[in-house]
Amino acid sequence: MTKLHSEAALRRAGRLLATASVAAAAFAFANAASAQTLTIESWRNDDADVWNTKIIPAFNKKHPDIKVQFKADPPTEYNAALNARLAGGTAGDLITCRPFDTSLDMFKKGNLVSVNDVKGIENFSDVAKSAWSTDDGKTTFCMPMASVIHGFVYNKEIFDELKLTPPKTLAEFHAVLDKIKADGKYTPLAMGTADQWEAATMGFQNIGVNYWKGEEGRKALIDGKQKFTDPAYVDVFKELATWAPYMGDGYKAQKYPDTQNLFTLGRAAIYPAGSWDVPIFRKQADFEFDAFAPPVAKAGDKCYISDHTDIAIGINAKSKNADAAKTFLSWVASPEFADIYANELPGFFPLSKDKVTVKDPVAAKFVGWRGTCESSIRNSYQILARGTPNLETELWNVSAQVMNGAMKPEEAAKKVEDGLASWYEPHKK
Amino acid sequence: MTDLTATSVQRADAVPVRARFPVHIAVFLAPALAIYTLFSIYPLIDTIRLSLYAGDETGARSFVGFQNFQTLLGDPNWSGHFWNALRNNLIFFAIHMVVQNGIGLGLAMLLSLPRLAGGSVYRTLIFLPTMLSVVIIGFIWQLILNPLWGIAPSLLKAVGLGSLFGPWLGQESTALLTVSLISVWQFVGIPMMLIYAALLNIPDDLLDAATVDGAGPFSVFWFVRLPLILPTLGVVSILTFVANFNAFDLIYAIKGALAGPNFSTDILGTFFYRTFFGFQLQVGSPTMGAAVATAMLIIILIGVLIYLFGVQRRLQRHTF
Repeated sequence: MTKLHSEAALRRAGRLLATASVAAAAFAFANAASAQTLTIESWRNDDADVWNTKIIPAFNKKHPDIKVQFKADPPTEYNAALNARLAGGTAGDLITCRPFDTSLDMFKKGNLVSVNDVKGIENFSDVAKSAWSTDDGKTTFCMPMASVIHGFVYNKEIFDELKLTPPKTLAEFHAVLDKIKADGKYTPLAMGTADQWEAATMGFQNIGVNYWKGEEGRKALIDGKQKFTDPAYVDVFKELATWAPYMGDGYKAQKYPDTQNLFTLGRAAIYPAGSWDVPIFRKQADFEFDAFAPPVAKAGDKCYISDHTDIAIGINAKSKNADAAKTFLSWVASPEFADIYANELPGFFPLSKDKVTVKDPVAAKFVGWRGTCESSIRNSYQILARGTPNLETELWNVSAQVMNGAMKPEEAAKKVEDGLASWYEPHKK
Repeated sequence: MTDLTATSVQRADAVPVRARFPVHIAVFLAPALAIYTLFSIYPLIDTIRLSLYAGDETGARSFVGFQNFQTLLGDPNWSGHFWNALRNNLIFFAIHMVVQNGIGLGLAMLLSLPRLAGGSVYRTLIFLPTMLSVVIIGFIWQLILNPLWGIAPSLLKAVGLGSLFGPWLGQESTALLTVSLISVWQFVGIPMMLIYAALLNIPDDLLDAATVDGAGPFSVFWFVRLPLILPTLGVVSILTFVANFNAFDLIYAIKGALAGPNFSTDILGTFFYRTFFGFQLQVGSPTMGAAVATAMLIIILIGVLIYLFGVQRRLQRHTF
């Protein structure tokens, strides 16, 4: 009796197992046949929402057979996490590319493939592609997506209350800061040095382009014709040193989110910005804000802006869905993507040659400077960040120290130049 | 016949000798040995092997001998950061030894007072931060000490000491001390518990005898209790040493991988992280990172050896 029973049970279990395995096999087959899934690796975790609700659905309208997944790491962990996943062979199909050497390095190690043959690459100028091309400019390995522009965002209500006009020259800039400080109700300049990068990016690179005349100075630095100890660069550090009294209490321990909150809570008047801050301010600030370009030395001087090629997307060489990935990249190069990206994430400006209308007025103002000022990229990114000590990291360190009053402008310039000269031939003379 | 018996006896004797091979020891050792070999010994040896290689830009690796170590100790661009990290690490360790273990010992003494009400409540509360995630600890303390909206500046102002407040986490002179004290706050429960357990182990007769012999509370502590808990203090010290020289998470959570301002909170862990994984535009180097990791291993090894041969062997253990 018991034996019979158990035999029946065993048979039942066997049948169940058989059915289950057939079902699983069928399911797997259906899965493989229906859709290819692309996974995007990115550091823009702030933008996950826009990708999931706008960009990917728009892509799927055209290509319903390709599934796309957006997977983001925090910006500071992205490079490390991505490299670990690439080494382990578990990285996604599409890789968001940082500009210049970080991505060039991935290409040289065979983690990224050339995108020269991907349809749509012809929509980009050489300058737009430069950040993701080999040194000879022949091979491009990421499809350019967007650049970011530096400038200053200001609280319009505070400016109206104190009867201030946005400054155009350095003298006016300091006059405005003095007035806000004299009034005493608001912090004149929202900025902190705890995270260090703001001092270099929103400080040094932001205002610096006017001192070293954009591309002219950047190229001269690469050729070794200019040095960081030249007056133009020392003057940038000198200007940064004068900002300290206008910054909030305890700015030395103030981090980037603190700075953003200080401004969006209406407690600070001027915010040295990257255009990527615009969508965040749009969401959080309940007052009107506007932007002004980095001030020039004298009225009528030619103005320059840091219009930095910041983000692109490439294909993982180990991707099993290379064709689908190419289809996605072609779509990224299309005007449709440029339009969605520019308007859903105002502050990231498409690099393609197509004309895109930016609807957000502040973001439009940023991108409008492309017409009146000359664009340049950050001077520490191309070639110069290849050695040890790393130039970008050095700039973060000394800019923060200059603003903290721990280092004199001349010392900062000397430290950066010495570091560069220790490994970079054109600067050794 | 007799011969035959003799040999058979001999054989019968020999078999149990061979069977006495302690199979059970091997069986008991196997799981731990396998797991440690796979997850600890092999990675350790492979790290040391990797530190003798260098990668070129295509990612291909070649054997270079001790060149990575020469760079690490000889090139001022590397050695400056290395010695700075080591010095900061020693300060970090010294603060833990003095403050964390000192307070831990004091708290354990207080907890072992015979007439203490609510001892288990204190014990739990003091131990609680140890169980919290480092990320949470870092976040909470950054908020508390935040010069813009933290409660530390307003608390100090409320008692009229507002002028004493500074952006402690952002100043080169105070950042390392502040981060160390946050870590002390988190982990003070561990030495407290270990020492408390050791104190409870001391039989009351010994203390009573000392008291009868005329020893005051201080003498009882100094001449009776302290010698008896010395082995525990040794264990606490070596645990602190190893944990501090492997530390990374709290500093990464509070100051980031750049460990600012001006690398004043940079310890070996953060230095290793930047070297191995890279930072912003600096491309990471697994081989150079392995060299840093090997250097860390050697430093920790030296510390542990000094402890084992210099301290551990001289300690007397008492069982009651």
